[in-house]
Amino acid sequence: MIVYILKRVAIAIPTLLLLIIFSFLLMHAAPGGPFTQERELPAQVLANLNAKYGLDQPLWKQITSYIWGIVAHFDFGPSFVYKDRTVNEIIAQGFPVTLTYGGISFLVAVFAGVTLGAVAAVKHNTIIDYFAVGISIGAQVLPNFVMAPILVIVFTLILGWLPGGGWRFSDPSFWIMPVIALSTSYMASIARIMRSSMLEVLNSNHIRTARAKGLPGHRVILRHALKPALLPVISYLGPAFVAMITGSVIVDIYFSTGGIGKAFVDSALNRDYAVMMGVTILVGALTILFNLIVDIVYGWIDPKIRY
Amino acid sequence: MKLTTALSALAILAATPAAFAADIPEGTVLSENQTYTFWLLDAIKSMDPQINTDVEGSDILRNLFEGLYNEDAKGDLIPGVALSHDLSDDGLTYTFHLRPEAVWSDGKPVTAGDFVYAWQRLADPATASEYAWYMELMQVVNASKITAGELPPSDLGVKAIDDHTLEVTIETPLPYFPQMLVHGSTFPVRQDVIEAFGADWTKPENMVSNGAYTLSEHILGERVEMDKSATYWDADKTVMTHLTGLTINDNNQALTRYLAGELDRVQIPAGQYPRLKAEYPDEATSLPYSCSYIYNMNLSEKGPEALKDVRVRKALSYAMNRDIVVDNILQGGQRASYNWTHWATAGFVMPEIDYSHWTQEERTAKAKELLAEAGYGPENPLDLTLNYNTDDSHKKIAIAAQQFFKPLGVNLTLNNMEWKVHTDRMQNQDFDLARYAWCGDYNEASTYLDFFTSYSGHNNGHFFNDEYDAIMKESKTAADPQPLYTQAEQILATEMPFIPIYHYAKVDMIASDIKGLPTENVMQTWYGRDLYRVAE
Repeated sequence: MIVYILKRVAIAIPTLLLLIIFSFLLMHAAPGGPFTQERELPAQVLANLNAKYGLDQPLWKQITSYIWGIVAHFDFGPSFVYKDRTVNEIIAQGFPVTLTYGGISFLVAVFAGVTLGAVAAVKHNTIIDYFAVGISIGAQVLPNFVMAPILVIVFTLILGWLPGGGWRFSDPSFWIMPVIALSTSYMASIARIMRSSMLEVLNSNHIRTARAKGLPGHRVILRHALKPALLPVISYLGPAFVAMITGSVIVDIYFSTGGIGKAFVDSALNRDYAVMMGVTILVGALTILFNLIVDIVYGWIDPKIRY
Repeated sequence: MKLTTALSALAILAATPAAFAADIPEGTVLSENQTYTFWLLDAIKSMDPQINTDVEGSDILRNLFEGLYNEDAKGDLIPGVALSHDLSDDGLTYTFHLRPEAVWSDGKPVTAGDFVYAWQRLADPATASEYAWYMELMQVVNASKITAGELPPSDLGVKAIDDHTLEVTIETPLPYFPQMLVHGSTFPVRQDVIEAFGADWTKPENMVSNGAYTLSEHILGERVEMDKSATYWDADKTVMTHLTGLTINDNNQALTRYLAGELDRVQIPAGQYPRLKAEYPDEATSLPYSCSYIYNMNLSEKGPEALKDVRVRKALSYAMNRDIVVDNILQGGQRASYNWTHWATAGFVMPEIDYSHWTQEERTAKAKELLAEAGYGPENPLDLTLNYNTDDSHKKIAIAAQQFFKPLGVNLTLNNMEWKVHTDRMQNQDFDLARYAWCGDYNEASTYLDFFTSYSGHNNGHFFNDEYDAIMKESKTAADPQPLYTQAEQILATEMPFIPIYHYAKVDMIASDIKGLPTENVMQTWYGRDLYRVAE
């Protein structure tokens, strides 16, 4: 097991390095730069800016000094657009926000999705099943950019219960709408995966054996069916968790959370090379980490898998 | 002998208390809640006066800092840190007399040296300010050479005669020089604070500022909070105790939150003004705003051959039905335009432009005639492309233009592109027609008209006209430049290097209990210290 984890970590390093190099090159290939703006800058001003941010250096030099900055000082450089801030500061401000609403959304999505899917499968082809399937299809087809404005109209404008946007760590009323908007479609996907996987497990030999032994229904489900049925859900959860905690640009835009999702999209549109690289590396590293965690959890749940 | 300008006289007049800060009519009952919450579309990119480039950033900076002059509700200059100035006979040396009671938020006096440092910093290549060109635009002696690194910043034409006297030397006389001093990039900053904290000096805990407010919180892309400054020289007359800017990236969402009472001012999304005006007549407002919307035409070597023919350019402009754009698409009180300079610009006299008086039928008929003369028509169609950046209104206007041009035999292909790509193509003359908008830096027509000179850095369509250049050069020293501006606009109407479409309006919902916002200032410059909230 330890050897396996070490091996995976060893592979992760060149993977990240390739990610950095590819993103860096792609980014520089896009037309325009961080200082391209409506009012074209005089050549001299542009030259001063390029010199200050090292953009006058050859690409290979930029990329090596960038990687060296990260390795040696964990320094992702200054933002090219938000000039009073470093990339570290931007991530330090935005990531805790998305981590909070994304983490809660994850818990809500997993708990609600698994319950809904499992109940639908157990009560297959009954009114409860149709109801559960109906909810999950409804949640899936309602995009969050439609749901977000509706939530604000209902809970802020009409009912006046919740603030229409913004973020306060100290006040959970700011968290509720982002969590609803972010978690529903994930919940729906989890419910559908769970339902079909549970149906398959319920028809398998070991469940028939368990029932034949005369075990009570709830024991069959909770002890023998739930664990194997969760396997496909878990492989979905790794990337889903990363996507949720690194934020959603829609949630950030509609609820003005100041999260990292909006920063990521903005950095691409603004050609803010440094922020774009910083968030890409963050998302890349988290994806690698959670894929590893998923594989470890797999081994723990499914005794057939051994590393 | 030195000439006391009209402005100095105005300063003396203004020295009566009522003219300063919030100007509240007698008998007004003020609300207990003196806070003002306004909308920001985007995250504030920088709180550093010499680094900021955005309109929204400037709105914040005007509350945190104070420059030599401010604007009143009508856009006229009123004293800021400078009480008055003298101008030398040759029009090249300005001597500003600074207000002795002005202090920074840490209690130290605001001195002429703070301005010298700030201005040198703006031009200094080490600062790498995107607005370094503004010092050149102001014609301050040696600004361009300093930005080019040929001279040290200390050679800039600005010096402190004593703590409260600032002398500025410019290269050519500029009649509108004082107007340019309202711009945020000329605001003073503190050398000791910047040297102590570096780029972190704009953090709330480090910032020392000299405006009516101090920065209390800045969460990037979420909010900006400002508290009334106790040390501001006119704090006694500043009524609003707290200002909040909330970043909301979606305009419709911002409107919902305004209607829920979370904001005091928000922009009205395109097309919704008539409905909101009917529903909230006291809150929906539309005021002229200094920006001009055009389709720029590429006259450079890389541009299409057809656009080098003035008849084609005129035909396209005549065929553009601006009334449909403003009345049916935008619907927010914008004005159809047939010229370049925004109609409400201070002192600007709208020139007589022949085709502005024709009916659209007449214009379209003339367009067909001109195009036929140039050899194009339904039988021999002209293929052109129009580039525009991603935005709902731009898209609607582009689709409309496509329809207006079709009967002429002009096939317009629409190219929607992301902002940076659009800008990059435009600046590399890689376009036929391109959507463009220019907003005035100061309230005077030259901020527009300089754009189309051959030596302007922004003239992306490469319209080069010697007569136009000569007129614009002459206007810099003329006692009254307005007749020259009229001539310049006439040349643009004759040569038609672009299609004028409309002049902007600022279309906003403003809470009915908020008073003191500018009503007649086309720059829409506002100051928190002028505002107050009345009891409802």
